[in-house]
Amino acid sequence: MRRLLNAPILIEILRPLGQIIIFVAASGAALSVLILAIAFLLRGSAAGLMTIKNYGVDLFTYTLINLPQVLIDGVTIGFVYAAIALGYTMVYGVLEFINFAHSEIFAIGAFVGIETLIGLNNAGRLTGIPTWQAYAWLALAILFGMAVAGATAVTMERIAYRPLRGAPRLVPLISAIGVSFFLQDLIRLVESLTTGQFYRVFPTFGNFDERITIGNLPFGDTTIELGIQVKSLIVILAAVAMVVGLNYLVNATKLGKAIRSTAQDRTTASLMGINVNFVISMTFLVGGTLGGAAGLLYAMKFTRIDPFVGFFPGIKAFTAAVLGGIGNITGALLGGIVLGMLETFSGSYLNVFTMGAAGAEYKDILAFAILIIVLIFRPSGLLGEQVGQKA
Amino acid sequence: MRKRVFYLISLVMVLSMIIAACGGGGTAGKGTIKVASQSPLSGGQSAIGVDIKNGAELAMEQLKKPLEDLGFKVELAPFDDQANPDNGVANAKNIVADPAILCVVGHYNSGVQIPSSEVYHASNLANVSPANTNPKVTDRGYAEVSRIVGRDDVQGVVAAQFAIGKGAKTAYVIHDKTAYGQGIAEFFKREFEKGGLQIVGFEGTEEKANFDAILAPLVAANPDVVFFGGIYDQASVLFKQAREKGSKAMFVSDDGFDSPEAINIGGPTLLDGGGLFYATVAGPAKLYPGTAKFQTDFKAKYGSDPKPFAAQGYDAMAICLKAIENAAKEAGNKLPARDAVTKAVRALKDLTGITGTINFNAKGDLVSAKYFVIQVTSADPTMWNDNKIDQTLDIAPPQ
Repeated sequence: MRRLLNAPILIEILRPLGQIIIFVAASGAALSVLILAIAFLLRGSAAGLMTIKNYGVDLFTYTLINLPQVLIDGVTIGFVYAAIALGYTMVYGVLEFINFAHSEIFAIGAFVGIETLIGLNNAGRLTGIPTWQAYAWLALAILFGMAVAGATAVTMERIAYRPLRGAPRLVPLISAIGVSFFLQDLIRLVESLTTGQFYRVFPTFGNFDERITIGNLPFGDTTIELGIQVKSLIVILAAVAMVVGLNYLVNATKLGKAIRSTAQDRTTASLMGINVNFVISMTFLVGGTLGGAAGLLYAMKFTRIDPFVGFFPGIKAFTAAVLGGIGNITGALLGGIVLGMLETFSGSYLNVFTMGAAGAEYKDILAFAILIIVLIFRPSGLLGEQVGQKA
Repeated sequence: MRKRVFYLISLVMVLSMIIAACGGGGTAGKGTIKVASQSPLSGGQSAIGVDIKNGAELAMEQLKKPLEDLGFKVELAPFDDQANPDNGVANAKNIVADPAILCVVGHYNSGVQIPSSEVYHASNLANVSPANTNPKVTDRGYAEVSRIVGRDDVQGVVAAQFAIGKGAKTAYVIHDKTAYGQGIAEFFKREFEKGGLQIVGFEGTEEKANFDAILAPLVAANPDVVFFGGIYDQASVLFKQAREKGSKAMFVSDDGFDSPEAINIGGPTLLDGGGLFYATVAGPAKLYPGTAKFQTDFKAKYGSDPKPFAAQGYDAMAICLKAIENAAKEAGNKLPARDAVTKAVRALKDLTGITGTINFNAKGDLVSAKYFVIQVTSADPTMWNDNKIDQTLDIAPPQ
């Protein structure tokens, strides 16, 4: 038993799982305490009186009862951000440049996956099927999305980034922005060829839309149903699997060792017999496939996608990567969870706390203001750039 | 070698110029009249925008005869505004720069029509709107802008009164922060509160995918009615996520919700709970007595039933063509000036369109416009035109 626990495989799987649990629990607890404290202080104010008038409960109770659902929503979107942030952080770790086109890789994964499902749906393969088959088709769509997204990422690196590797740092950055716009409009062109419509809707099938009820909370005259959707659960589980898998790949395999050594010192790594070009291609492949999977998960959760769907999640995931400490896989995970929580907390409570003056549309202002404050005190992110762990 | 290529290219160019010149001389007559159309032909709202253009195209085909008899060549110039104000204004500048364009059938979105019509106004170009409902469209008092649909300040009131009639006590209002969506949401809110009832939330959002944060307080508030002021591509996603989070409220939206795509995006879950309704200024084409021929012609030409506002696109074009004809006759069968066409649009009396008899008031609104409240009864997008008509009202615009 002890020998088994010491095996690197198990450690590399258990360690990220432990980190995930700690991060979720810690950030959730910290924000909950903060919001409850604010609610307690404000319960006698005008905002507090307004909740009593509107909902029949005081502000503190309102905050407390809504809290579980807000936490669930925050964790779900946080994991989506984390899954996208992995791609940014891996590329930064190896090449020290920001691949702005990663948000379009995400969109490509979403479109390829959805087109696969739409094709299956038009062929009548998605209606009246048992649940396991629905999951099998979903897995197939995710795999297709991952394959195309990964291939696009590798091609993009070969064409647009590799020739610029010796150039000043600003040049590949501009190239990345160019690739990003190019891919956006390419998706738009391809998707609008047949009907002129370039958005796609995730088909309704399987039990993904169902809701697992956890319990009912009394609230004023009514009760609030507390639950989680099957698809949110899938998003969380898939993202956890991605983080664990990537951790294993980077820390416990030969390729991972090559990636880490390339990240530390490219010249020395090549002197040690590592094919640096191949390793960089692999980095893009891994980042791209993870981004593609995240794309379809996002599409499943939020139903409708268009060619510009990657922009905001991309910016937020990039922010999450910086917040956690760019170049650091654990940091991307932490940053994603913290940002997702911050965003959902501010979106859900801002309206009540400001008596409707500033509603959920200002959620980003609050989330990013907190982000700026964090970065002022910790410029290299929450966990910092750990060279040994840099991937 | 290089010289040879150069000669060859010059030769081709000279030849093509000669051919072009011949082509120009070939069409006899007094010149070309163009009518432009502007609507979203691509993007999330293209399902409606394309049919507005198709309706206008069909009208041009069927009604251009009188103008051709006068010796003019008549053409449609379709533009894609992508439901985006920037594109609408850029197109508008191209439109006014083309002297052959004498009238614009235009815009699905009020937020696009309002800035674009500033350009038309500056060059006296007539604009007949098939779908824009924001009060500001005509309240600016521009002689160039007329519309053949109702107004948001009436539409919002119709929606609110409908909700009150269904026994709603509390409402949660969300809008898309555009001139159109926010405008209609505010009229809804005002009317709802006038009845002594409670608005438990009022939010604007540009979000298109993740409504989690907005929906948490909504579900907690447990309102009787959720009203969305905006367009279906956003409304359906929001409604779907609200149902999935456990909201049993009655969902009400506006004429921006009127597209089969709405139910395609949202799915059957939208019909649960309190049901799904929308107030609109344009029902399905079959609601209007004059559209029987239009429906068969449309289906024969484009292979599908006309979507909402296609019949309005047809009538807007009919108005343009009739006004140009009248102005041309007044000018002694010559090409009329733009301001003459503008005046001729307003001067039309009792023009029989397929959606009703058209008379404009001094501002450019219809003297009496139709309003509908429609209940969505089927999750099948092809059954959209068969939804249940809950109310039909004829209301004069506020002065």
